[in-house]
Amino acid sequence: GNFFDEFQLEGVAAEHNEIYLELVPENLSRALKTAQTAKTFKIKLTNKHCPCLRVAVELPSLSSSSRIVTHDIPVGVIPRRLWNDFREPSVPDFDVSIYLPALKTMKSVVERMKNLSNFIVIEANLSGEMNLKIETDLVCVTTHFKDLGNPPWASEDGCQSSARGRDLESMAEARIDIKKLQQLLAGQQVNPTKALCNIVSQRVVHFVLLHEDVSLQYFIPALA
Amino acid sequence: MPLSAQPPASAEPPVLSASLDNARHLSSLLRAVHFQDHATCFATANGLRVTVEAAKCVQANAFIQAEIFQEFAVQEESVTFRINLSVLLDCLTIFGASSSPGTSTALRMCYQGYGYPLMLFLEEGGVVTVCKINTQEPEELLDFDFCSTKVVNKIILQSEGLREAFAELDMTSEVLQITMSPDKPYFRLSTFGNAGSAHLDYPRDSDLMEAFHCNQTQTNRYKISLLKPSTKALALSCKVSIRTDARGFLSLQYMIRNEDGQVCFVEYYCCPDEEAAEAEL
Repeated sequence: GNFFDEFQLEGVAAEHNEIYLELVPENLSRALKTAQTAKTFKIKLTNKHCPCLRVAVELPSLSSSSRIVTHDIPVGVIPRRLWNDFREPSVPDFDVSIYLPALKTMKSVVERMKNLSNFIVIEANLSGEMNLKIETDLVCVTTHFKDLGNPPWASEDGCQSSARGRDLESMAEARIDIKKLQQLLAGQQVNPTKALCNIVSQRVVHFVLLHEDVSLQYFIPALA
Repeated sequence: MPLSAQPPASAEPPVLSASLDNARHLSSLLRAVHFQDHATCFATANGLRVTVEAAKCVQANAFIQAEIFQEFAVQEESVTFRINLSVLLDCLTIFGASSSPGTSTALRMCYQGYGYPLMLFLEEGGVVTVCKINTQEPEELLDFDFCSTKVVNKIILQSEGLREAFAELDMTSEVLQITMSPDKPYFRLSTFGNAGSAHLDYPRDSDLMEAFHCNQTQTNRYKISLLKPSTKALALSCKVSIRTDARGFLSLQYMIRNEDGQVCFVEYYCCPDEEAAEAEL
């Protein structure tokens, strides 16, 4: 709510005050490109002939009247009965949670590793150590990050996860598709305020990137 | 260097071990000869030579003398192994290819001997990467038998003069023809492509010409696809020497200055195009 200057929403019903929309990302990103120098920017959900996101961009103009560019992006409204399909996965019961290293370094390393292997192993422990590893017939490469720090998570009973008796040196690991990790990193244009990942050994890696008002979460499943 | 990252201690010292404060001093030279996946590494007390060949017609050598390294030790008279150069370059540039001012990647290289992988330890900003690259049986390399006493024509040019020419070579031409002569046109590069022929002449009194020793008019043709990769070496170099012998074999030697002002050499050898020669008969 704090992110926008104005925000109004009326969902389907009081107890279901949400709207689920499906759209083609390319359409929205193209509209947003014209908004880079915008004075103001409005998004409205309209239903003239079919549901659309109407993006109205007010662009600077030399004359007294402003120039408004409008994009109508077709969207699909998702019926309530399908909402469960899109439920945000809950934060998994992870084995290790650790702050990510400098994204710039991680990006360079993962890009090079992508040339060498299709899969990458991410492992980390509660002593602030993380390793990125690839292994093929031709080559093995391991990058070691230290002193990253582990975020304090309070569990239901108020204890920190480290109190659950996990050996601080023991690594939790997951093998994932390296392209997915590379795409995640390539998409980060601005340095987040906080970046961390939670690893459920052999199951999933959950990345959380926090900016001022926005959080991005990625779940990448582990492969055999 | 974390203890866990070090190789298991063995009784013998590695057959080859080297340290370099700035891995770019090695990776940029290797890029200049990277036109095939595989390379042969040859190390002696004098330094490292990395050789790449193609089509049994062209050979490129990068020389990194021992003085470039902070530490360079070879336990045997010579050490030779074949390695995947693309993989080696990806490892050497693991922290990024471009140079950000003030940062450099430190490198330590170890090779235990025949059958062992090449170990690389790279460090930048406190982050350590360990690479283990499998090596292969060295293959026999071509001997171009290019002897400085049998050189017929020799020119030394400032590289900036040739860079544009090589970058814009008409690749629809199958050959690059090189004419060297004590008389006009002195030094001419020619291509014969779909759009027509192109000739680029360099007069002997040009500012770019550092040395001109041509005794005989020679015109030789070389497969352009084999010589095009030398553009990478040309781009890095400040000077290039172009020599041909009586057989028409070509030797290109590039003088490359690194960030610290140290000089290294890369050379390309190429034999003349047989098909082109036959077609003329």
